[in-house]
Amino acid sequence: MLKIRIMPVLLLNEWGLEKSIQFQDPVYIGSPINAARVYNGRNVDGLILLDIVATNHGRPPLVEVISQITEEAFMPVTVGGGVRDVATMHQLLAAGADRIVVNTSSVENPELISQAADCFGSQCVVVSIDAKREADGGYQVYTHGGTRATGLDPVDHALRMQKMGCGEILLTSMDRDGTMQGYDLNLTCRVSDALDIPLIACGGAGCVEHLAEAVRVGHASAVAAGAFFQFFGPRRTVLITYPDDEEFLQVFEPDQIRLKTDNPMVLPDGAVHQDPCA
Amino acid sequence: MDGPAMIVVVDCGTGNLQSVVRGLEKADGTATVSSSVDVVADAERLVLPGVGSFGHGMANLERSGLLPVLSQKVLEDKTPLLGICAGHQMLTSYSEEGDVHGLGWIDGTTTRLKSDPHDRSIRIPHMGWNQLHAVADCPLFRGISRDACFYFAHSYSVECHNDAYVVATTEYGRPFVSVVQDQNIFGVQFHPEKSHENGIAVLRNFVSYRQPSADQRQ
Repeated sequence: MLKIRIMPVLLLNEWGLEKSIQFQDPVYIGSPINAARVYNGRNVDGLILLDIVATNHGRPPLVEVISQITEEAFMPVTVGGGVRDVATMHQLLAAGADRIVVNTSSVENPELISQAADCFGSQCVVVSIDAKREADGGYQVYTHGGTRATGLDPVDHALRMQKMGCGEILLTSMDRDGTMQGYDLNLTCRVSDALDIPLIACGGAGCVEHLAEAVRVGHASAVAAGAFFQFFGPRRTVLITYPDDEEFLQVFEPDQIRLKTDNPMVLPDGAVHQDPCA
Repeated sequence: MDGPAMIVVVDCGTGNLQSVVRGLEKADGTATVSSSVDVVADAERLVLPGVGSFGHGMANLERSGLLPVLSQKVLEDKTPLLGICAGHQMLTSYSEEGDVHGLGWIDGTTTRLKSDPHDRSIRIPHMGWNQLHAVADCPLFRGISRDACFYFAHSYSVECHNDAYVVATTEYGRPFVSVVQDQNIFGVQFHPEKSHENGIAVLRNFVSYRQPSADQRQ
């Protein structure tokens, strides 16, 4: 059966990785290459790399960084940030990305999603939706790195993107982002239940229980986390980390997730190769 | 045969072909991307990679003029060929995706995956890590655990008209054919170049695959 994907999100700005809280006050995390190397070594299900200043700087994501990261990563890498046209998507795929994330342009130019799906296949196109809870209890979609209100409801926008050919939605709760207080299960569930395509929940993970809740209660197909995999302890010390199988198995059934270290590879000469990170 | 076999990753259009090359090299192969008839003609192994869609892949193959040399290499010379994702689907004779004819090298067609009205967790595309239920031995999986997970990202799958070619199925709501083989022709629905160590192991087995001789086939 299909396993629940559990994926680190790396947020890139001009000088490296950063992590914010509720899209504010970013903290420098370090080199994206090193972080990707650590995650690759931990055998994670996939990586999501978002260049969060690209749109506001009017440029596409940094192809060079993506090339370096994907050089050594034999796992799916999903890339986004400032993607406004099919030509940029070609560039990112050529640089090693497997899937492209579109956020702001999905609102400003929804046709782009159809064009991308026609060109590369739906499975290659992910629409990222940043949503904030409003005073009346509803939610609103924001673009431009969470700075511009659109007046759109995330369910309506997600459905429209599905219709345009998008293969997956990456849904981030702006309120829970970086707080490690848990995902916004109400938001996640509302959007996921409306869709026929898969949804990745993002924003708020602080422990493995939160990951399982996003699936069980939020009906997410996959879970993504930034702060949870980049900070440690009450002082939020920067530490690139990823739980081991034993921790995941505290909250997931063995057949729900892909175990990262249980598959020793038997080499052609009969020797058994163990994952050095086990 | 001594020395590394030259593996040609056939360039049939858009997509991330460098990952396939890197995967093959990690698997101790020597690989290059090409759409040149001469380069393909000299290949000792061929890979038909996953590209955007069946339709685009077939159109690009036809446009590139590679179909005759590919048919010669694969069907006559028995050059080992590995189809990946859309490349695996293109081995069949037809796809619902775009209503397009395929290569017809494996007796089957490509149809859209179905969601399950009683299980809302079954979403299309099938995206993520899943397992194989092996129905036949296959050299690609030598030394790989039965529980190994591989990375899938697709909305269509192969239906074989002849069970003899089915190596493995994968469960997603209902089983679909995920690995096929007919002698030197292999197809995998998943992306071995994106499946960490187990994927590299599949590629390594492909790189080192030798077509059994007539005596060995007795």
